Amino acid sequence: MMDESRRGFIGKAFGAVAAVGGIASLIAMKKTWDPLPSVMSAGFTTVDVSGLEANKLEVVVWRGKPVFVLKYTEDMKPTDGRSVKIGDHYFSVMIGLCTHLGCIPAYRADQHDFKCACHGGEFTNAGINKFGPPPRPLDIPPFKLDGVTLVLGEEGPEYKAMMAKA
Amino acid sequence: MAEFKKADSMLEWFDQRLGVVNFAKVMMTEYWIPKNINFLWAMGVLLTVLFTFLLVSGIFLLMYYKPDVNLAFDSVNYTIMQEVSYGWLFRHIHAVGASVVFLIIYIHMFTGIYYGSYKKGREMIWVSGMLLFVLFSAEGFSGYMLPWGQMSYWAAYVITEIFGGIPFIGDELVVWIRGNFYVSDSTLTRFFMLHVLLIPLVIIGTIVFHFYALRFPHVNNEAGEFFDFEEEAEKYLAGNKKESKVVPFWPVFLSKDFLVLGFFMVFFFYLVFFHYGFAMDAINFDKADGLKTPAHIYPEWYFLWSYEVLRGFFFEIAGISGKDLGLIAFGIANVIFFLMPWLDRSPMVKPANQRPYFKYWFWFMMVDLIVLTVYGKLPPTGANAWVGFASSLTFLTLFATLPFITKAEAKKVKEK
Repeated sequence: MMDESRRGFIGKAFGAVAAVGGIASLIAMKKTWDPLPSVMSAGFTTVDVSGLEANKLEVVVWRGKPVFVLKYTEDMKPTDGRSVKIGDHYFSVMIGLCTHLGCIPAYRADQHDFKCACHGGEFTNAGINKFGPPPRPLDIPPFKLDGVTLVLGEEGPEYKAMMAKA
Repeated sequence: MAEFKKADSMLEWFDQRLGVVNFAKVMMTEYWIPKNINFLWAMGVLLTVLFTFLLVSGIFLLMYYKPDVNLAFDSVNYTIMQEVSYGWLFRHIHAVGASVVFLIIYIHMFTGIYYGSYKKGREMIWVSGMLLFVLFSAEGFSGYMLPWGQMSYWAAYVITEIFGGIPFIGDELVVWIRGNFYVSDSTLTRFFMLHVLLIPLVIIGTIVFHFYALRFPHVNNEAGEFFDFEEEAEKYLAGNKKESKVVPFWPVFLSKDFLVLGFFMVFFFYLVFFHYGFAMDAINFDKADGLKTPAHIYPEWYFLWSYEVLRGFFFEIAGISGKDLGLIAFGIANVIFFLMPWLDRSPMVKPANQRPYFKYWFWFMMVDLIVLTVYGKLPPTGANAWVGFASSLTFLTLFATLPFITKAEAKKVKEK
């Protein structure tokens, strides 16, 4: 019996050590797949909106993603909680990836809307989904206003106000 | 160590050390295959040969391929295609082979479904085969990324984005899989690793397991007949080859297989030399550009049916968004075939045409998969979107009703 319990104890001890080692290696493997620190700390993108033309889509890159900056014409109505006023003009600032599967919608200037070629999703000029499979409006990236300069990646009061309304 | 007496021949020398005579018997000359089969039973050997072709051509491509976003595209389209002698040949074999392997996998799979080769003891053959299908899909997807063309990039983008639909951890999971916020160098290098090492290793292991799983239940036959293999093997070994219901794997079964293989190789190399374009999309000869989505994204032909199930649900139903419904349907479509042995409640092992209800189910499924495949390639606008919705719904309904259809069939057959 003495022998039995000793074997049992050694078996359990081995199992416990193996489990700890197994979990530790799983953590290491998971972390090896994590994005690198240099990727995580990828900086901020600034856009000077004063030179933009109305009804012509400006696409800037922020953390590898296209960000749409669209200046409204006089007849394009701002949408509450999604359009931002910079200076005297209203703008749409949103991540240019279809909320369905991440394709980049194209801007149709004559219709003032976005059309995604992949699965036919459509968005208004403020990025609200109006047709097709996209489940939600285009995402708005965190931004801050610095005069006529737009800083992407930092949360300013205008952004916080928009998020509160949405 | 055991006593070894001096060997009289080279064969004996190896037999003493490795038991090769017995091994050859177990694996080849006394591994029994039913006689009552047709050319569709040759698909397993075809797949083994195709996998070997992919492995060998892949090894040669690996000598010149560079897994780096700045170098990958040119290493494939310039170095391998224009500089390396016969580099184009290995690339065409690899690309055409990857496409054709799915054609044969589908024939192999639907042969199994048609003849009921997934039940009554053959469940593990079926499950390991479906596992191979999933592994080949992952292998195909990861390899498609490597040339780093526009389709490579956007296929990688759309497919990794799918994981974003998983509740709570979705967004972080996508970043974790990619190693970045978007498909980038880190994504390319890790999928390169998966494509050339990890997945092929697992595939080889699973192929061995798939073959092993055949050992106890044995290969099915055209009539779905169950018989005693040992008894039939004895008849064969006693010289009653005509009466015996079995033949040895080697040389009898394989020689017939080689005939089918011969015809197949003519077809395969015709594609490799004269018709390779179908396996190499023109759009993928534009270098990857993360800021420019191609006008129309579609996967290779063999993924079209499940892709169409994914996008078939394009509107909200009962408060669940079209995207989530599509993801759920896509998830179901990718695992539901695993459950065939348990969804088919009829104990009958017969070709589908001899089963009163199952035959309708089988052909209905074939037609639906073809419709899904055709519409998966078309832009999802107007009527196309509705055909996609209807055929996706049909796909799910067919599987949901299979247990009831086969149960009713079992009852009907019993009453007869």
